[in-house]
Amino acid sequence: MIDSSLRWVDDRLGVAKGGRTFLDKVFPDHWSFMLGEIALYSFVVLLGTGVFLSLYYIPSAHEIIYHGSYLPLRGQKVSEAYASTVGLSFDVKSGLLMRQAHHWAADIFLGSIAVHMARVFFTGAFRKPRELNWIVGVTMLILGIVNGFLGYSLPDDLVSGTGIRIAYSIIESIPLVGSYIAFFLFGGNYPGNGVIIPRFFILHVLIVPAIIVGLLAAHLGLLVKQKHTQFRGRGRTEHNVVGSPMFPTFMAKTTGFLFMTTAVIFLLAGFAQINPIWQFGQYQPYQISYAVQPDWYMGWLDGALRIMPSWEFVGFGHTWPLEVFLPAVLFPGIIFNIFIAWPFIEARHTKDLAYHNLLDRPRDRPKRTAAGAMMLALLFMVFCASSTDVLANFFQIELNYVLWFFRIVVVVVPILTYFVTYKICQEMRHAEGVGKRKRANVVVRTETGEYETYESEARPGDGHEEIEAVPVPTFIDMVPAELATGAGVRRVMR
Amino acid sequence: MTDEPTAGPSLAPVSLDDPHLQPYAKHPERVQVLAALSMIIGFLGFIGFGVAYWVSDQNQWLGATLGVGLLGLGAGVIAWGKYLMAQGPFVEERHDFHSTEAERSAMTAAIVERGGMVVQRRKVLGGLAALGAGTLGVVLAFPLIRSLGPKPGTTLFQTNWKKNSLLVTTEGRPVLASDLDTGGVLTVFPQGFEGSSPDQTILIRLAQLGPEDPPFPLSAPGRTDWGVQGYVAYSKMCTHLGCPVGLYQEQDQVLVCPCHQSIFNVLAGAVPEFGPAPRPLPQLPLKVDAAGYLRSQAGYDQAVGPGFWERP
Repeated sequence: MIDSSLRWVDDRLGVAKGGRTFLDKVFPDHWSFMLGEIALYSFVVLLGTGVFLSLYYIPSAHEIIYHGSYLPLRGQKVSEAYASTVGLSFDVKSGLLMRQAHHWAADIFLGSIAVHMARVFFTGAFRKPRELNWIVGVTMLILGIVNGFLGYSLPDDLVSGTGIRIAYSIIESIPLVGSYIAFFLFGGNYPGNGVIIPRFFILHVLIVPAIIVGLLAAHLGLLVKQKHTQFRGRGRTEHNVVGSPMFPTFMAKTTGFLFMTTAVIFLLAGFAQINPIWQFGQYQPYQISYAVQPDWYMGWLDGALRIMPSWEFVGFGHTWPLEVFLPAVLFPGIIFNIFIAWPFIEARHTKDLAYHNLLDRPRDRPKRTAAGAMMLALLFMVFCASSTDVLANFFQIELNYVLWFFRIVVVVVPILTYFVTYKICQEMRHAEGVGKRKRANVVVRTETGEYETYESEARPGDGHEEIEAVPVPTFIDMVPAELATGAGVRRVMR
Repeated sequence: MTDEPTAGPSLAPVSLDDPHLQPYAKHPERVQVLAALSMIIGFLGFIGFGVAYWVSDQNQWLGATLGVGLLGLGAGVIAWGKYLMAQGPFVEERHDFHSTEAERSAMTAAIVERGGMVVQRRKVLGGLAALGAGTLGVVLAFPLIRSLGPKPGTTLFQTNWKKNSLLVTTEGRPVLASDLDTGGVLTVFPQGFEGSSPDQTILIRLAQLGPEDPPFPLSAPGRTDWGVQGYVAYSKMCTHLGCPVGLYQEQDQVLVCPCHQSIFNVLAGAVPEFGPAPRPLPQLPLKVDAAGYLRSQAGYDQAVGPGFWERP
């Protein structure tokens, strides 16, 4: 059956040669290589749950009276967007599960991208020839953040509406063209003429995801074309890849992992409440709630806005809202441009223009590792700064102290992190056996009273001596050699 | 098609006993049992999801059953792939990505010479084609960008507060001077614009002063008569990012913006004391009409809300 259908397709498209190579594609094995898979599979969940949500959500700011099953809202004036989101949570069977899964998947999607990106960075996997794929990846990160913001803005609840208000003011802060962009996007002065929800909707469900899907295809296509990187090890060189084959081994593992990722998302969706918009209420431009925080991946921008001094500059007949423009436009712009440019910055610094298919251990590249740790420290500090009010409240400290604490640590901690990381890497670089599993030294007293020392037994996987790698075989004798009668040997795996 | 390919993959069969084809697990039978159990749990989980959907539609049950189902199936399949399938190690050679020098020069030559030849000979056509395409690019921007919304014009400088605007609540009820006690706050709008974002104004009663008393003394120069009977009113839009400055702390006489913790001193004309807000909240001058209703003496004397380029 498979044979004849393959022949039919191959007669017309010639897929056997390339398809066979694809099935034989070798995947190197390391736990850190699955971080990107988490991002991929949470994106799959996002698409699936997103389609479900789009069947019930109504992208309209039109005001109606709520008549659904959530009693506290009955009789209140709400927008159709808000009413339909509450409706799909309470009045559509399994709707709440899908909505919470969608939100959790988005948070996990961006989290796994961040961790995957850190892995690629610290192991030097972005170096020649993979600079393009690094840039594609960073672009997807940016689009993911944008689409996350667009998505959680759609329910038109009090918290997300406040986020849109802030976004409008951030756009307004751009010199020269800011108010024009804001007016064009929203159709007027805030909150605009009612077009923003339909516009965010079409951006969120079609335009941005379509670009992400295209970039994702490019990301995976480049990965197949350029093959995987791998860590050093027996038989592993710059000119080969050692691991397990695409079919069936990797396919089984990665399909299982798709299920596992989805499982975690749905368990969270079942048990961990996220974005309970019915508690926040319908957005009104004049209402606000305490402790307004965005989703985690916007936290660093919120934090930067909070700790920025109030440096509005008025001059040359214009207002320059630097207290907004610097932290919310220039700062992320600089960060993302550093990300994109990093492969070229590093290559220029090291004057290293060679191909690199073997990965670095982070400690072997102290400067890069220290620079990456510094960036993470900076982003983490501004992220924490987005909770100034909550921290001040929790620890009963004056807000002023919390603010100044963050203004200082945002500068000091990244610099300290750089030097500490650099020092640690340098020391670990020269140490023997760092990273290897330690074996216990067993001391025994013999019958004659002498003491003897020996190394404990190897634990499973310890001295797992690897055999030499061979190309993926074409044919396998399915009948064991001793049973083969010479004639009629079945050949499979054609 | 020939029966025997002349080149390509090796056709010599590999024995099933080849070490590269052996499962990773020491005791494959045990792993097989565990994987089977795991998949059975997964199967039961999915059945449970179906039942939960029809019976209860309880979010926790739906999540738990679907999660356990996926977890069981996933763990079983991973165990199968990781411990029971051939792990090799197998090797695949890499090939150079780049073309030969000759191929590169040929490509460059094709672009430069073939293209150059055309442009050199037909300069007018090239210029016209570029002109047309460029013009198309410019005029396409009209529907794609210009249609999106109105120009800002002076909109950002205007609110609907005029001279004698009647202060009304969100529901449109006019506000009497006797409505609030000391420490009371109310979000008000000019009549007819209830709920409007730029018009939102926070009305605070600082003291229980009567009609004959002088206005509450603010330490803001030139605004001695902007309050009336202990009332003051400020724009509720934060000058930082436009959030509603909704928290009034009577003890410290400050307005706090919950978004980024800007703090405005109510007694000093809402000047920012703390946080990222750069400017005071604009103040609305108040008066009480003959019927006892609060009205504005005039509109705001400046643009409300966050800063923007056109603001002088």
